[in-house]
Amino acid sequence: MNFEFSADQMQLKDIARKFLEKEESVKRARNVLEGEASYDEDLWSKIIEMGFTATSIPEEYGGLGLGYLELCVIAEELGRSLAPTPFSSSVYLASEAVINFGDDSTKQVYLPALAAGEKIGAFAHTESNTSPTESNIECSFSDGSLSGTKIAVVDGDIAGFYIVTAKNDSSVGLYLVDASSDGVSITAQPTLDPSRSHAAITFSQAKATELKSDWSDVLNLLDRAAVLFSFEQLGGAEACMDMAKEYAMGRYAFGRSIASFQAIKHKLADMFIAVELARSNCYYGAWALSTDAPELPTAAATCRVSASQAYHECSKENIQTHGGMGFTWEFDCHLYYRRCRQLAANIGSQAIWKDKLISSLERANQI
Amino acid sequence: MDFNDTPEEANFRKEAFEWLRDNAELKEGPKDGWRAASEEEGLKQVKVWQKKLHDGGWACLHWPKMFGGRESTPIERVIWGQEVSKFKVPGGYLEIGQGMAGPVMMMYATEEQKERYLPPMSTGEEIWCQLFSEPAAGSDVAGIKTKAELDGDTWTVNGQKVWTSGAHFSDYGILVTRSDPSAPKHKGLTFFFVDMKSPGIEVKPIKQISGGANFNEVYFTDVKIPDSQRLGAVGDGWKVSLTTLMNERLAVGDASGPDFQEAFSLARGQDLNGKLAIENDAVRDKLADWYCQQSGLKFAKYRNISALSRGETPGPQSSITKIVSANKLQEIANFGLDMLDSAGILRTDEEGAEQSMYQYGFYGSAGLRIAGGTDEILKNIISEQVLGMPQDMRADKGLPFNEIPTGNK
Repeated sequence: MNFEFSADQMQLKDIARKFLEKEESVKRARNVLEGEASYDEDLWSKIIEMGFTATSIPEEYGGLGLGYLELCVIAEELGRSLAPTPFSSSVYLASEAVINFGDDSTKQVYLPALAAGEKIGAFAHTESNTSPTESNIECSFSDGSLSGTKIAVVDGDIAGFYIVTAKNDSSVGLYLVDASSDGVSITAQPTLDPSRSHAAITFSQAKATELKSDWSDVLNLLDRAAVLFSFEQLGGAEACMDMAKEYAMGRYAFGRSIASFQAIKHKLADMFIAVELARSNCYYGAWALSTDAPELPTAAATCRVSASQAYHECSKENIQTHGGMGFTWEFDCHLYYRRCRQLAANIGSQAIWKDKLISSLERANQI
Repeated sequence: MDFNDTPEEANFRKEAFEWLRDNAELKEGPKDGWRAASEEEGLKQVKVWQKKLHDGGWACLHWPKMFGGRESTPIERVIWGQEVSKFKVPGGYLEIGQGMAGPVMMMYATEEQKERYLPPMSTGEEIWCQLFSEPAAGSDVAGIKTKAELDGDTWTVNGQKVWTSGAHFSDYGILVTRSDPSAPKHKGLTFFFVDMKSPGIEVKPIKQISGGANFNEVYFTDVKIPDSQRLGAVGDGWKVSLTTLMNERLAVGDASGPDFQEAFSLARGQDLNGKLAIENDAVRDKLADWYCQQSGLKFAKYRNISALSRGETPGPQSSITKIVSANKLQEIANFGLDMLDSAGILRTDEEGAEQSMYQYGFYGSAGLRIAGGTDEILKNIISEQVLGMPQDMRADKGLPFNEIPTGNK
């Protein structure tokens, strides 16, 4: 059995970690949170230089053609360091949509630009305060143009193009719309995590390219992305656990380190348990994604649910361990608390993923 | 990343499977397994099977060959465990001896003693138990009071042990005693092995909340133990105990009883308010949680196996197994009973009835959260040994044992 990342993959992870530490990625997240910029352009250009955006794009389209395991370890480090860039939108969602459902000419145009970071893509899916389904999506496509409104589009204000879910005569599929097209209007939306920008996008007869897809492909795109999002969540959860431990070790009360109190130790043990379960499930997701396994829907939902739980547990209990200081703007605890919520919201709620998990088990009757 | 064996592992798996196929019966399904009509009957069958394993070279895989073992690698032990689980073979009774007493004897007994006691342990002819816990020394196991006094070259032992699995059918036991009550708690302990037929040893079963009695109280009244049966130096009993306590934590693994699969199939067949239970969102929510826990443990185990396969020590992920699985079992057992609505209170004694599994889990999980390290002790171990956090401050640190405050429970 070899259920581990290879030495090369672990080395890549280490490189990514050191790079993001050196670039003070967490500090940059705070700057974006406090400033006017939608993302950190300088960090983004350095991430592109590192080749991270090209990781899983095939070589024939200008990518590195590495596997998804490489992308997973990078995702974990981006999550750990709260990297304030459009990586998840552009790589896990937009690039994946083009790779899997674009025709050759679409790939020729978009993939080299995505690999080189010349284009940023975003995924426009949500329309209201409820989970998008095949029957409630109102955005529609006909005769080469797309109309309707999407909200909470992550990186919607900085993307050069959108992957949009819209209904057609028979189903709901994926469409590609350039942000510069006539009929596209973009309004930035304030959020609970301003270190990542969001926007509402209205399409009025905007020119759209059809990707060869139906609703099951939309779900497949979300499953694939869920594995990568889970690794970001895992990295964030572990960072919170480490922060809480470090703070508790150095903080003295009642004449002793608070890390010696069982109330604190057991809290940390609970975080550790959540992180280890999530990590093991994330590996399962990574295996399923990288081998195109038929178990992908189950594996994706499992790691998504598990990693969301771990991040929630660790980010809230990290604040609790810090006491009053954890509630201040000055400490970084809230940056993780916000990002946890942002990642939990990004590709659908916990309730929906739990339901998907049980549905996939019902279909497969697999244990 | 893959789930495949290396060529050596595949060969070992094939060899193990073929031997098992020739010597045992394959299970007919996941619920099929070995059951004995009574404890006596079970013990008899286990001894016959263990002899067969020994003669075939499959006893005590982790032991040296000279004592009846196989000198297998950790990954081979895992593979053997996977293969043997496909067969209907007797189990239980011998783990404490082979897993805990054996390694201590190998480390501390004389050469003559090893030659005398280890081979019959590996063949299953002699059964061993572990005499550690006491009424006032559970999680704080170093707080034992059973007194050992030396006169010439014979020790006299007085006191009481508790939670001793299998004491009533054991031939020998490993025993930790207090030889110097004026020394600090961890310093005044001395370790022995003892013949369970010695005069002055009385074994009384403990009735558990399930009604069964797997454990015993063991009373020592002027029991004589020759000094030659001391393991380790006088006063070094804690150090010797740690050898077996570490082995115990590895031995108490996954909970047996209903898991996600059982709860899932129950929900798919059970009526709940006019619909199938699986269509109820609260049910789906819980099932998803249990699936994620089960899956997390399964893949944590695969990560361990991968480390073993590379000849490395498994990472700290193995420390979460018991705490997660015991709590999950308790929740699933309650769910299974709750599915029967008000009738979930009715006890069934019918053999193999579906609810008996949940009833067993209802009782068993409460014990499992305590056995082999309580949830709380395991969380201390995770925070101290894995995360490197400091020990809690202790009120008894450095005090002579006989001056440590005691309550009345």
